[in-house]
Amino acid sequence: MSLTDLTIHELHERLVRREVSSVEATRAYLERIAAVDERINAFITVDAEGALRQAEAADRRLAAGKGGALTGIPLALKDIFVTEGVRTTCASKILQNFIPPYDGAAAARLKEAGAVLLGKLNMDEFAMGSSNENSAFGAVKNPWNLQCVPGGSSGGSAAAVAARQAAATLGTDTGGSIRQPAAHCGVVGLKPTYGRVSRYGVIAYASSLDQVGPMTRDVEDCALLLQAVAGHDPADSTSVDTPVPDYRAALGGDLKGVRVGLPREYFIEGLDSDVKEAVMGAITVCRELGAEIVEVSLPHTEYAVACYYLVATAEASSNLARYDGVRYGLRVDEGKGLLDMYMKSRAAGFGAEVKRRIMLGTYALSSGYYDAYYLKAQKVRTLIRRDFLEAFEKADVLLTPVAPTTAFGLGEKTADPLQMYLSDIFTIPVNLAGSCALSLPCGFTPSGLPVGLQLVGRPFGEETILRTAHAYEQATDWHRRVAPI
Amino acid sequence: MNSKYEIVIGLEVHVQLTTASKIFCGCSTRFGASPNSQTCPVCLGLPGALPVLNRRAVEMAIMAGLATRCTIAERSVFARKNYFYPDLPKGYQISQFELPVCVHGRLEIETEGGGKKSVGITRIHMEEDAGKLLHPDSPAAGSVSYVDLNRACTPLLEVVSEPDMRSSDEAVAYLKKLHQIVVYLGVCDGNMEEGSFRCDANVSIRPWGQKEFGTRAEIKNVNSFRFVKQAIDYEVERQAELIEEGGKVVQETRLFDPNTGMTRSMRGKEEAHDYRYFPDPDLVPLVISPEWVEQVRLGLPELPEAKIERFVGEYALPRYDAEVLSADRALADYFEAAVAAGANPKAGSNWVMGEVTRALNAEGIDIERSPVSPQMLAGMLRRIDDGTISGKIAKTVFDEMWKSGKEADAIIEEKGLKQVTDTGAIEAVIDEILAANPGQVEEYRSGKEKVFGFFVGQVMKASKGKANPAAVNELLKKKLNM
Repeated sequence: MSLTDLTIHELHERLVRREVSSVEATRAYLERIAAVDERINAFITVDAEGALRQAEAADRRLAAGKGGALTGIPLALKDIFVTEGVRTTCASKILQNFIPPYDGAAAARLKEAGAVLLGKLNMDEFAMGSSNENSAFGAVKNPWNLQCVPGGSSGGSAAAVAARQAAATLGTDTGGSIRQPAAHCGVVGLKPTYGRVSRYGVIAYASSLDQVGPMTRDVEDCALLLQAVAGHDPADSTSVDTPVPDYRAALGGDLKGVRVGLPREYFIEGLDSDVKEAVMGAITVCRELGAEIVEVSLPHTEYAVACYYLVATAEASSNLARYDGVRYGLRVDEGKGLLDMYMKSRAAGFGAEVKRRIMLGTYALSSGYYDAYYLKAQKVRTLIRRDFLEAFEKADVLLTPVAPTTAFGLGEKTADPLQMYLSDIFTIPVNLAGSCALSLPCGFTPSGLPVGLQLVGRPFGEETILRTAHAYEQATDWHRRVAPI
Repeated sequence: MNSKYEIVIGLEVHVQLTTASKIFCGCSTRFGASPNSQTCPVCLGLPGALPVLNRRAVEMAIMAGLATRCTIAERSVFARKNYFYPDLPKGYQISQFELPVCVHGRLEIETEGGGKKSVGITRIHMEEDAGKLLHPDSPAAGSVSYVDLNRACTPLLEVVSEPDMRSSDEAVAYLKKLHQIVVYLGVCDGNMEEGSFRCDANVSIRPWGQKEFGTRAEIKNVNSFRFVKQAIDYEVERQAELIEEGGKVVQETRLFDPNTGMTRSMRGKEEAHDYRYFPDPDLVPLVISPEWVEQVRLGLPELPEAKIERFVGEYALPRYDAEVLSADRALADYFEAAVAAGANPKAGSNWVMGEVTRALNAEGIDIERSPVSPQMLAGMLRRIDDGTISGKIAKTVFDEMWKSGKEADAIIEEKGLKQVTDTGAIEAVIDEILAANPGQVEEYRSGKEKVFGFFVGQVMKASKGKANPAAVNELLKKKLNM
């Protein structure tokens, strides 16, 4: 077994026993990246020098017996996380040469924990997309089938885990951007409750929905990585000051007494038969593990996608206003005045999908349209949140598919944005509700593409979904399959 | 001034708060530092940076709200005002829109006739300031402009009045009153030249008796009390002339030019921005508990009106004195410190309004920097009271204290300024003077009592001002009437 096949917890044991050094593990990953990334395109920036320096420091810490769960573990970050001295592009031309002067909360916490940061991962530009085809640095390929998309927007983060290019990664999820690519790449991805993880240093797409989360090989790794980044941050006013439980301690045991809710509105026509079959199989496994299966209703589900594309784009139109060519980033200045510089810089710097969403959001906030669009969407959002709270009176965990289909072909949906938006139909409502949800593998199609299972928890109910996912995972072996790359 | 029309004025005042750090980050708010030296990822609008509200700024907003009798909102919301400009690093300004922190206040002003009038305050909201653009003058620099973001993210209050003012004098009275209050509260340094207190005026006119308001023009950039009056007077004339000529006032933003005293059109209604305000998702709603408001209320300094009443009651000062002293919080504090150190209140008031103010003005310094402390002044006034020095000598002592920073007692001792109360010594001087001026003695005794003053002067002169005037009077009378 290669070093790069180890989970975080497996590698950690070898590191603390000094059977292997962090430098060796880091070299192994750097070699793996060099070997496969030409085909996957998961990385935008590889920081080999920085990673090896961090690995050496981690080895000293481990040798002194002071290593924690992540000390010396080679990880990588979606290129939406601001990293001091390491180029951070958000997969956009407008930031293609931006080197931040500061570390965001995620990078700072991981560095503090002694993790090794291999580099920055490809994504849809400004996290806008469901296929990772909207990147100024090229599309990411799915490690299970190079003709397929890895999902998005954290496509690089998912593909890198699946292709063994990092022990685990961090992504962000605004409408499914962790869970959907995790499902398409056969890895575990968790979107924590809004406010659980600091957004400081995460380049904003839609501030009221964005949340940071782990993408890992298994559920235990997911708990470990969440542990490292969760918690109150005074630098993020929306981060919640509520105690962080021991997530790993929550793992173990069966599902006796756990009420698993199936939202009626999520098992509808149009659901891919392979997906349906795999999810049904997962329900059976849960029942066998002792779970009580109940039906619940989330009646406002059908409005979620529309609501999301108003709220998210409205916020994005404002969040992306700072990319104006004045202080940093791309500037196209032909000496024809300020307005011309603004327009040319933004025209050249942003990709088509980003422009589309800025226009949508600007429209939704415009005088005369605000009430009909933005305000109405906020009201719908309240109804959707209420749906979930009511469902959680009957169930402890909701079980749903992650996406209506498995990974689709490259270029298959790029011509039809609406079709693309529907990829996130099962994940978006959770962001609108502010709840937490996890995606983990629950089967494969006959052609070998992974299928994802979504477990949705109450706000700050990460322990429950992790425990449920862990019980399911222990009873199955989907997570042991390795992508054929 | 045109008398056919009634003038309607509403003011929007930007008050820069005196917090040590900015409203959404920890950078210093100090004025005059080298460009961009007081910046961080947050106020530079770097990707990923997030705002965190400065609690002290909220307290100051509550103070200003309480002092202007506003209702303090239990829940207010920060909103983004979206527009592009190079001095605005995020492409939006964090402000408050639908739910401001203070609403429905009022301010009492004195009108020309000496009457009182209440001006309504619609709202006070909190917001961040923008940076500054620097345009180099040298031709070599071409069309280049520079951005200094030191001021970006500095806390401001915007105080919006009702359209309650009916003359430029009322507008100035309102502004001065508001200025006095925010400076008194210590929430603003009041420096209009540095832009700490800036004003936009909404001006319209209507025929007397008409209920509806006329179309208003918003005048920007009126940054002194004098300019406010000038700008409004000019604007009223312009609008009246326009209407008289059969034209129409258009709703627009106009810029006041202090060099010409005129206003000129900046942008019309059609070019007005659509700011696309929406609640800032990076900040949670601001919740202010009634307990917090009470806590701030207890900490409020005494405001001018209350202070005037107290000075009249507690120190038996004439109202005029109380008003002069209370006009400036530091001056009033100085006076009270002198009284606390033992000064007679009326004497203290006379000296603070007189010699102390004169000396400060002569050197152009603030009372906080006065080389004569209130305690030193009180020490000197005690020496007048106990007869050690006369009021006249006191002026010499005061000047010396100002120059040297020494206590009055030391100066009196050093310079031998102690008043002579020894009647024997004074009598001796009187005898000498009377002997040297037999003609005047004769005049006095024949009934020309005016000559008495001449003798007092001569005695004081001979004693170099140190003779106790009361003793001189008494002894002179005795000797002349012998």
